[in-house]
Amino acid sequence: MSAVQGWVDTFRAEAQRLPGAKLPWLAGARARAIERFAALGWPTNKLEKWRHTSLALLAQQEFAVPPVDRVDLAAGALAQLRQGAEAGHWLVFIDGQFAPGLSDIGTLPAGACVDSLAGALAQRPERLEAVYGDAEEGESPAALNLALAGDGAYIELARGVAIEAPIHLVFVGGVSKGTQLVRNFIVADDGAQVTVVEHYIGRDDATSFTNTVTRVRAGRDARVTHLKLQQESAQAFHLAALDAVQARGAYFASHSLAFGARLARNDISSRLEGEGGEALLNGLYHVDGKRHVDHYTRLDHNSPRCTSRELYRGILDGTGRGVFTGRIYVAPGAVKTDAEQRSDSLLLSAGAESDARPELEIYNDDVKCAHGSTVGQIDETGLFYLRSRGLDEQHARNLLVYAFAAEVLARIGERSLRSSAAAAIRARIPGGQLLEALA
Amino acid sequence: MLKIKDLHVSVEGRKILDGLDLEVPSGEVHAIMGPNGSGKSTLAQVLAGREGFEVSGAVEWDGVDLLSLPAEERARRGLFLAFQYPVEIPGVSNAYFLRSAVNAVRRYRGEKELDAMDFLKRVKAEMQTVGMSEEFLYRSVNEGFSGGEKKRNEVLQMALLEPKLAILDETDSGLDIDALRIVADGVNRLRSPERSMIVITHYQRLLDYIVPDRVHVLSRGRIVRSGDRELALELEKRGYGWLEEERRKEPRGVGQR
Ligand SMILES: Nc1ncnc2c1ncn2[C@@H]1O[C@H](COP(=O)(O)OP(=O)(O)OP(=O)(O)O)[C@@H](O)[C@H]1O
Ligand SMILES: [Mg+2]
Repeated sequence: MSAVQGWVDTFRAEAQRLPGAKLPWLAGARARAIERFAALGWPTNKLEKWRHTSLALLAQQEFAVPPVDRVDLAAGALAQLRQGAEAGHWLVFIDGQFAPGLSDIGTLPAGACVDSLAGALAQRPERLEAVYGDAEEGESPAALNLALAGDGAYIELARGVAIEAPIHLVFVGGVSKGTQLVRNFIVADDGAQVTVVEHYIGRDDATSFTNTVTRVRAGRDARVTHLKLQQESAQAFHLAALDAVQARGAYFASHSLAFGARLARNDISSRLEGEGGEALLNGLYHVDGKRHVDHYTRLDHNSPRCTSRELYRGILDGTGRGVFTGRIYVAPGAVKTDAEQRSDSLLLSAGAESDARPELEIYNDDVKCAHGSTVGQIDETGLFYLRSRGLDEQHARNLLVYAFAAEVLARIGERSLRSSAAAAIRARIPGGQLLEALA
Repeated sequence: MLKIKDLHVSVEGRKILDGLDLEVPSGEVHAIMGPNGSGKSTLAQVLAGREGFEVSGAVEWDGVDLLSLPAEERARRGLFLAFQYPVEIPGVSNAYFLRSAVNAVRRYRGEKELDAMDFLKRVKAEMQTVGMSEEFLYRSVNEGFSGGEKKRNEVLQMALLEPKLAILDETDSGLDIDALRIVADGVNRLRSPERSMIVITHYQRLLDYIVPDRVHVLSRGRIVRSGDRELALELEKRGYGWLEEERRKEPRGVGQR
């Protein structure tokens, strides 16, 4: 099913039924995209950008799920997520399709539009044409996404509009089919402000496939915060791309929390296209067993006086593998660029492996650019200090692992999001539940 | 009562403690002085249960074989080490750390654990006596604390844990005069017939505030001289050289032919 030809066949069978199929610009882009995907195939580690992560095994993978009562399952998962969370705005998607019955968009200020992609394609196709993206963009999975994604979220804010509470997008995968393709848009006009959270969850017994693309456009002085909490099952394959473009003075933050999936690849990029933009790429991943998480990030400093901070941490156990690439491009005219990149990994077992690679490409001299990476183990001195105060060894270890993660979480500004992220990582690390009181 | 007999400690084949003997009876305060690198902190850490040393010899504390216990159990039984270099633990709030420590000890003693409210009441009172503002509860353990603030945090922990055997490793170093008094008051308040204390220091000044029952000199891995507080005054005047001199004259292994 996941062989390249299988996807091409699926496209032939379903293209006509996809939302927006009647829009000539979209039909054309989709056709070009499937062609590009067919030509490129799944990336393998012969490609520089995929050196540590090959998708070749996807070709043989079958994605199918045992039948289950879909609404019950999703409703249960949703209730768990929303426990203790603020009311806010909640959009739920089952296998990539908007589920209005489970969603609760809430009240929005004038000038804000929060809709499903399918809904927006029907209501305001001209708005989408400008931001949809074209077949040449991104890696081959992104082309597949463009060709076949039919739903997702469309969030648009007019000039100066601010949505206070976070907008939560909950993607429940592997419910009644094995694959989901999702495409989201966050379009913030000048001075607008919004926080969007993408949750990815799925059934533990499903080998599922998620392919998701989120496109962010931040206008002048806009503030967009994006948080992704990926907690798919340990059998899931998760391919994601997040592409941001920032105008003058815009602030964009991406918090990528990758805790689940058998294999997850996140391509995260932002282009700083106006003076004084500010980007924060913050990330935390956890792998155990044979799981594999790869973050490929790219920051394009195309304008003067922009600041970027990129801070990634990984916790690696079992024979898990973590990969981080931090590419920073500074254009000839982008003077007074201030870029900082760090990647730190904590290895909890001898079999775990971590690869971190900075890639700096700087075309002017008036730049402050720092990068560094570490790979380490639990600090023995810290461990002794805690034990010397009566904490048993296991508690002390768990606490130090959690503390390592907590520094990433501390950069999440919104309190409610920070605490749900903290709960999510505590659920992953051994004995983490016992650290409950730590909030 | 703490009895250390013929303690040998090495690290990676390098000998640090070389047949150390020491007894600290209950209710007494003993000072240990000695040159840099003589093994004072190593002794303190081995007593507190730090791993990674090769250790031989015997340490008996209140009738138990101390060396057989893991660090956490020593702490729960009432051993406390105030670190010469308190460790920074980013990401863990001091409040969580202190409460975990207090409750670990309480649980072991079969006492009810303190809930957040009771704990806050207790810790705030103690913080006042050691001159720490509440802000330090919400910061990460020792992270970015000044040298003196770290030492106060150690004294705070000691006050909260009420140890039976407290080992203070240069808790007076880097302290201003007021802080020095606070440390001394902290120690003196804990003094009681069941409690013993080992105070490691380079300065006889501290011993004006904490009057020791005995003073020992640790040099090159052994106790080379013990005496009353006069010894500290003498060391202040003469340094350690003369002791080294005497040790050299007196061949090792006297009594063995
Ligand atoms: N883990 C270790 N690896 C190698 N050498 C060590 C280790 N720990 C201690 N040492 C060495 O053992 C000796 C004793 O160190 P220790 O810290 O016990 O001295 P000290 O008496 O406390 O000195 P100070 O007065 O400077 O605090 C020193 O020479 C030190 O370098
Ligand atoms: Mg020392």
